[in-house]
Amino acid sequence: MSDKQFKHKLYVKKNKEVSFTADTLAKIETVISHYPEGQQKSALIPVLQIAQEELGGSLNVDSMDYVAGLLHITPIEVYEVATFYSQFYLEPVGKYVIEVCQTGPCAICGGEDIMHYLEEKLHIKVGETTEDNLFSLKGVECLGACGSAPVMQVNTEFYEFLNIEKIDEIIATLRNTSELTKPESLSWKERLS
Amino acid sequence: MERKIILENNDIEGIRFLDVYRQNGGYQSVEKALKTMTPDEVVSEVKTSGLRGRGGAGFPTGLKWSFIDKKSNNPRYLVCNADESEPGTFKDRYLMERIPHRLLEGMICSSYALGANTAYIYVRGEYKYIVGILNEAIKECYKNGLLGKNILGSHYDLDIYVHCGAGAYICGEETALLESLEGKRGNPRLKPPFPAVKGLYDCPTVVNNVETLANIGWIVNHGGESFAKIGIGKSTGTKLISACGHINKPGVYEIELGFPVEEFLYSEAYCGGIKNGKELKAVIPGGSSVPILPKELILNTLKGEKRLLSYESLADGGFESGSMLGSGGFIVYDEDDCIVRNTYNFSRFYHHESCGQCSPCREGTSWMDSVLYRIENGNGRMKDIDLLVNIASHIEGNTICPLGDASAWPVAAAIRHFRNEFEFHVEHPDIVRNIKHGSILQYTNK
Ligand SMILES: Cc1cc2nc3c(=O)[nH]c(=O)nc-3n(C[C@H](O)[C@H](O)[C@H](O)COP(=O)(O)O)c2cc1C
Ligand code: SF4
Ligand code: FES
Repeated sequence: MSDKQFKHKLYVKKNKEVSFTADTLAKIETVISHYPEGQQKSALIPVLQIAQEELGGSLNVDSMDYVAGLLHITPIEVYEVATFYSQFYLEPVGKYVIEVCQTGPCAICGGEDIMHYLEEKLHIKVGETTEDNLFSLKGVECLGACGSAPVMQVNTEFYEFLNIEKIDEIIATLRNTSELTKPESLSWKERLS
Repeated sequence: MERKIILENNDIEGIRFLDVYRQNGGYQSVEKALKTMTPDEVVSEVKTSGLRGRGGAGFPTGLKWSFIDKKSNNPRYLVCNADESEPGTFKDRYLMERIPHRLLEGMICSSYALGANTAYIYVRGEYKYIVGILNEAIKECYKNGLLGKNILGSHYDLDIYVHCGAGAYICGEETALLESLEGKRGNPRLKPPFPAVKGLYDCPTVVNNVETLANIGWIVNHGGESFAKIGIGKSTGTKLISACGHINKPGVYEIELGFPVEEFLYSEAYCGGIKNGKELKAVIPGGSSVPILPKELILNTLKGEKRLLSYESLADGGFESGSMLGSGGFIVYDEDDCIVRNTYNFSRFYHHESCGQCSPCREGTSWMDSVLYRIENGNGRMKDIDLLVNIASHIEGNTICPLGDASAWPVAAAIRHFRNEFEFHVEHPDIVRNIKHGSILQYTNK
């Protein structure tokens, strides 16, 4: 069965060699040391996060098996966790993952329009990635920034009080620079102080 | 009267850093607790203070601490719940971003009181930058002898680690959080045994919210009795309220418990009134899981008393005409907001976030989601409204964790108070199908 027909989230093992640099392995060692002896499984989520970052933004079976080996646990224990948490991507994603908040407080402040506008602008639907592999668009639940709705997150950066101009600006900058831009500073935090 | 406990000195430049924080009285409580008090004395002060959990349930903190299994030979743990993912809630983020040391100070005193030598802060995956801020603050503490071995020469050892989640609302539930911290799926555990007996790695564990722990330093410094004098009745102390929705000044505000809702909504010092001069329609006062209240009932109780921001006053009238203080996520709806659409939105949320362990929650949230979708899109039937009430009543109380209840209450409350809007959707499918919900134009140039 080819990958395309096999519509399960977990793709078939490709038997590609996975390995981490010494630096990354050291980082993982530190994480494991945060938990008591014999409880190295606690490090699973942080280690998967590191793995995902190292491996271009998403996980596959090979990388999950590798992580299982690092933590001395069975592969199924890793799949279980990787399929549960929404921030682990089991299919390749673009360089920038745009996550638009869809939940109540954002929705009443224009969150739905933000999503539609991004779909039109990037010529993709929610859940898809642009052809140049630059952007993936996702709908997510409350990001804990409802006071500055509507909100979206690009990789780890929050962008708040969104409107059309701001989105145009953000997308343009992301297209032109290799670095993630810092969000502009006017947000509810600054306004309060 | 303005009363600041948690956000005290919040405006001081550089309060995020240890030296500035200490210059302004920070970490005095650690000196006091570790050098002059026994752990039991700290617990007793917290009991006297009447402090109640700020994560949503409002359980008395001192009482929870006293349940810790003292006979067990296993190590004990303190876990700080910084998963904050209840829609409408963003107070913990604000607190950790602005004054991370307030939380650490509280955690050191609390760990000492509980006899824990290891503590974890479980931060939701979306707050990755907060992990950086916390780690920075923790590093400063280690450098200055406030963490690690023999803290301030007291022979007490403590390590604090930050653990980052990966996106799952359910991991805010304390037992799901512990599962997640053990490197598993976030499936809540059956209680009892409670975490105080069998928590992290089957060891005695206390899970507390960020804001709860941030109060402990003040209580140690000033004594439980002084704390109990702040607030109203059994709602002692202050509360962070994160206000959002259609108000002029969304943000995080610290209020003394017992502050009138009306003043909070309309005063310039707080929400500053409804946006664009519109009328208030409804408020969800404690995060999306608590019942929504229409204007008349959020401003005044059914008995005609002024509604206050306190555990008791917001719950006055039970679920018939009251709600809950919950997490303090204050969501405001104006006259043009559609309650049906909003209820559908939250149902979708709970359907998405259900861990799927119990059938009533897994199936029930899915049904509520589909039925509400159909009503919202002009394909509903009149009997769907009662069907929703029926589904909600079958989820409530029949599940392992309170997420089931949390998904049922908002639906039941929306129908109780806004049945006419649901009926309107069923009766006027043509109108409903053609409504444009918000237009981006109103959000440009702001
Ligand atoms: C579905 C669900 C989600 C929850 N989310 C959170 C949360 O994000 N943050 C939090 O502090 N408590 C949350 N709680 C409450 C916790 O289970 C727990 O009661 C709380 O952390 C205890 O701390 P406290 O006594 O200091 O409030 C949640 C509960 C449920 C049922
Ligand atoms: S009530 Fe829902 S979220 Fe909670 S344990 Fe059951 S299925 Fe999971
Ligand atoms: S609802 Fe969008 S950030 Fe909370």
